[in-house]
Amino acid sequence: MARTDSAPAAKSHAAPREEWTGQIGFILSAIGSAVGLGNIWRFPGVAYENGGGAFLIPYLVALLTAGIPILFLDYAIGHRFRGAAPTAFRRLGGRLGRWMESLGWFQAMIAFVIGLYYTVVIAWALSFFVFSFDLRWGDDPAAFFTGDYLQVGEPGFSLDFVPGVLIPLAIVWVLAIVVLAAGVAKGLQRTNVIALPVLLVAFTVLVVRALFLDGAGEGLTALFTPEWSALADPNVWIAAYGQIFFSLSIAFGIMITYASYRRRRSNLTTPGLVVAFSNSSFEILAGIGVFATLGFFAFQQGVAVDELEGLTGVGLSFMTFPAIVSQMPGGPIFGCLFFGSLALAGFTSLVSVLQVVSAAVQEKFGITRRAAAIGVGGVSAVLSVLIFSTTTGLLALDVVDQWANNVGIVASAVLTTVLVVWVARKGPELRYHLNTLSTFRVGNIWVILVGVLGPVVLGYMLISKIVSLIVEGYGGLPAWYLGVFGWGTVALLVVGAVLVTVVPWRRSPDDFTPWPPYPPASDERTPASQKGVRS
Amino acid sequence: MTPIAITFLILSILIVWGGLVASAIFLRRRPEPDTFPEGAADDHREDDAPIEHDT
Repeated sequence: MARTDSAPAAKSHAAPREEWTGQIGFILSAIGSAVGLGNIWRFPGVAYENGGGAFLIPYLVALLTAGIPILFLDYAIGHRFRGAAPTAFRRLGGRLGRWMESLGWFQAMIAFVIGLYYTVVIAWALSFFVFSFDLRWGDDPAAFFTGDYLQVGEPGFSLDFVPGVLIPLAIVWVLAIVVLAAGVAKGLQRTNVIALPVLLVAFTVLVVRALFLDGAGEGLTALFTPEWSALADPNVWIAAYGQIFFSLSIAFGIMITYASYRRRRSNLTTPGLVVAFSNSSFEILAGIGVFATLGFFAFQQGVAVDELEGLTGVGLSFMTFPAIVSQMPGGPIFGCLFFGSLALAGFTSLVSVLQVVSAAVQEKFGITRRAAAIGVGGVSAVLSVLIFSTTTGLLALDVVDQWANNVGIVASAVLTTVLVVWVARKGPELRYHLNTLSTFRVGNIWVILVGVLGPVVLGYMLISKIVSLIVEGYGGLPAWYLGVFGWGTVALLVVGAVLVTVVPWRRSPDDFTPWPPYPPASDERTPASQKGVRS
Repeated sequence: MTPIAITFLILSILIVWGGLVASAIFLRRRPEPDTFPEGAADDHREDDAPIEHDT
């Protein structure tokens, strides 16, 4: 709600919006959100497969031309319109508010679906953290993971729960609900302020240890040797944009929600640069750690690094890495560091994903954060357990993840950039917002990158992915299964978004005046040194 | 490690970690603009009463 300058908060009927305690709290939380599983298990393999050292060039270009500009867009929307994604888009949309609100709910639905399975991967990491103590996966980690641990069955829907997954999954959900219920400052921020330094120290120790393993140099040579011909391959550039895009937690409501908890007079772009470069810095660190370790594995096997398999994702983390840990002196400690890092990086991202849904529900239905945490967390936990802690959980997770990310989030980004810049025509206003409050100013080029380059590159990614999923299917799974869990997920996102939009608001979000006013009425400005003085 | 791989390892670290250091220094030197437009008194940390985190 807009508040007049003379209305003290204590006398206002509207409860004050939650806030980060300051800039550092926000930056750490935003980094915690951006640094997730993808930094550890996705970046190293993607860089290796797409030109090695030469990948640095498309990666940096993608960071500067799409990642950072769309990150700024999310910040500007959330901060100017002061709400979770549905509230912010509704206010941004003006006359088109109802339609734009649906986009916000589409993003919240994506976050809801991702939360369901992201918790499961964290639960696996917790299990493997414990398994590291006695190297419980034995001589064949791949068979242990899919057989003994997950007890993977045929594609379908089963209610045969796997206790080994169910118990850590329940623990993760309880922790997540406690953090959400504690709020932005005492829950999310405190979690990040503690977890992020621990993650950095643990992962750095792991990387330094990896660098001293036999064969580490060969691994790093494999990762960093540039393959220049890759630069002529459009798919390498698409892979770079994809990596940056998926890594930065952009375009599905997280950064909109997080920015809305910053106070009005907040520098937006400069902290955004710190967050974006921190995320990439962690990716480089992960690349060094993972490939030094893979070099050791290849050395042990007596093969070249390019003959190794399982270099990304679940295969890298839960099959390849356990095999490496088994062969390493001091393996249990290395395993604990790796799976502990995975769990911490995942958890700080998970709470940001869940906050998107919780904040949206709080605002639309006028409920407290505790009620939202228990409601959203409870429903999610039940669905998560039913779908993903059974013998069919791994397959469902793989398929839902593929569609929610590659179709859901990319479509959300294309819709956001097109609707905000071309339909609502808010590019100049959002640019003014960023530049008025921030010390790093963006030019008209920002609007062009967000409004033209972004939708073109991401639109191409989206269309080519949809065509490939339709024509080739996915993972050799039956068409009916992909229809239910893949396309069904997309249908759920769309139908859910429309249905929730139709429900009336408990308190209308439309009585709102953005600050600073646009177009600016005059040049009258307050010196920053007097910002604490009420006018 | 081969010289070309070492070169690209160092380049990656210099550019990406250098970007982090540069943006952090820039933020430290210019934490906020010199002036703000009028208004925006909804910053509850500047209120007389303690902030409520109960929304």
